[in-house]
Amino acid sequence: MIRLGKQTIKLNNPPTIVNTASIVGPKESEGPLAKYFDQCLEDEFWGEKTWEKAESKIIKETVNSVISKSGIPSNDINFCFAGDLLNQCISSSFGLRELNIPFFGIFGACSTFVEGLCLASVFLDSGAANNILCATSSHFCSAEKQFRFPLELGNQRPPTAQWTVTGSGAVVVSKVGTGPYITHITPGKIVDMGIKDANNMGAAMAPAALDTLITHLNDTQRKPSYYDAIITGDLGHIGKEILIELAESKGFNIKNIYNDCGVLIFDKNSQDTHSGGSGCACIGTVFSGYFFKQLKNRKLNRILLIATGALTNATSSQQGESIPSIAHAVAIEN
Amino acid sequence: MKPIETKQEYNDYVDKKSPNSPIFKNCFNAFFVGGLICSIGQIIMDFCKFKGMDETISSTVVSIVLIAVSAILTGLNIFNKIGKFAGAGSLIPITGFANSIVSPAIEYKSEGYIMGVGGKMFTIAGPVLVFGISSSVIIGIIATLFI
Repeated sequence: MIRLGKQTIKLNNPPTIVNTASIVGPKESEGPLAKYFDQCLEDEFWGEKTWEKAESKIIKETVNSVISKSGIPSNDINFCFAGDLLNQCISSSFGLRELNIPFFGIFGACSTFVEGLCLASVFLDSGAANNILCATSSHFCSAEKQFRFPLELGNQRPPTAQWTVTGSGAVVVSKVGTGPYITHITPGKIVDMGIKDANNMGAAMAPAALDTLITHLNDTQRKPSYYDAIITGDLGHIGKEILIELAESKGFNIKNIYNDCGVLIFDKNSQDTHSGGSGCACIGTVFSGYFFKQLKNRKLNRILLIATGALTNATSSQQGESIPSIAHAVAIEN
Repeated sequence: MKPIETKQEYNDYVDKKSPNSPIFKNCFNAFFVGGLICSIGQIIMDFCKFKGMDETISSTVVSIVLIAVSAILTGLNIFNKIGKFAGAGSLIPITGFANSIVSPAIEYKSEGYIMGVGGKMFTIAGPVLVFGISSSVIIGIIATLFI
């Protein structure tokens, strides 16, 4: 692999995404992408006593599913990169404790999915591994409990608020294969433009997405039109509009090829999700469920996947801190 | 659009891009539902008086009934729907206070009865209790000394 420009890595032996799996919760099952997910749950508990246990079960079952779909025996999977939103990433570590695969717990908030793909790609290209598993999860109820208010509290959400996706997305990436290939990775910088409103994450994260997008295009000397689709993780409706305008002000027109997983996963009008979906599972499930199939069917051949994350917690919000954000990108091509 | 360079410029831009809450609709709903809850309270009060209870006992019965009904509706996952519609209309009367105690109690039951229910029950109502009781003590002292 070689480094291009400021912060992009070009993979000389581009790893293949062998297969993906996705499980989503009941609200996502009523959304426009429902038919693309492997499994739709009927309730948030999935037979467990707590939401935290339910989230662990979701990531565990998604990982089991992707391993069997990939056709690679789990003994041949060398490493696992996984993370989630709960404190100390307990969904991943509890859910995957019986997996018996060397485990890296990673945290990049909602950017974790692509952070995992970046690290896996470098491991595979360097020869350190032959097959790697990447997984993330989030759960609306456990996230609300940790970051906001009890679910039964009778309060109102502002129009800028986003809805944490319940679900998990997992992929198996291999050193050799027939594609889709991860050709470039662009790890992002922490960007903080001073947004303090924890109910407006899209606006907080959009500048980070812009920074990574422009850096990637400059480093690779590509134009936005090189890609069939540029996809961000969870900027939502407001963040999406902001990113389009910010990119335009810097001379990049992405309007026709750009979309956001948080916009795609819910129907804003009928599902009352305000600015759209968010959470680690947002890009995890939408990529695993929808975009991977588009790549496999050659309806899309070159996509730039940019996962955005708000690196904040409940304490920092209460202390009035602004929200540092991050965005990691991977170019996936046939 | 001009490129945005500073945090201040970006914050101003985001303020313009972010839709505000529908304040007139929210105020109307709050006024309507809040008024309805208070009217129900008044009906209970008049009924108690009709049954021969005095003023103090009647108002205590009103509080008990409204708190009990809100707690039960919270447990049935109905109060949050009323609250979403009514906002301050169901939050400000004693119904909102009951909801703010029962909802964390349900939420944190998974952490056990001592540290979960007991420890977390007042996470939302705590500030109301602290400042409500403190201010009543201060006013009580002022009233005792000067009136």
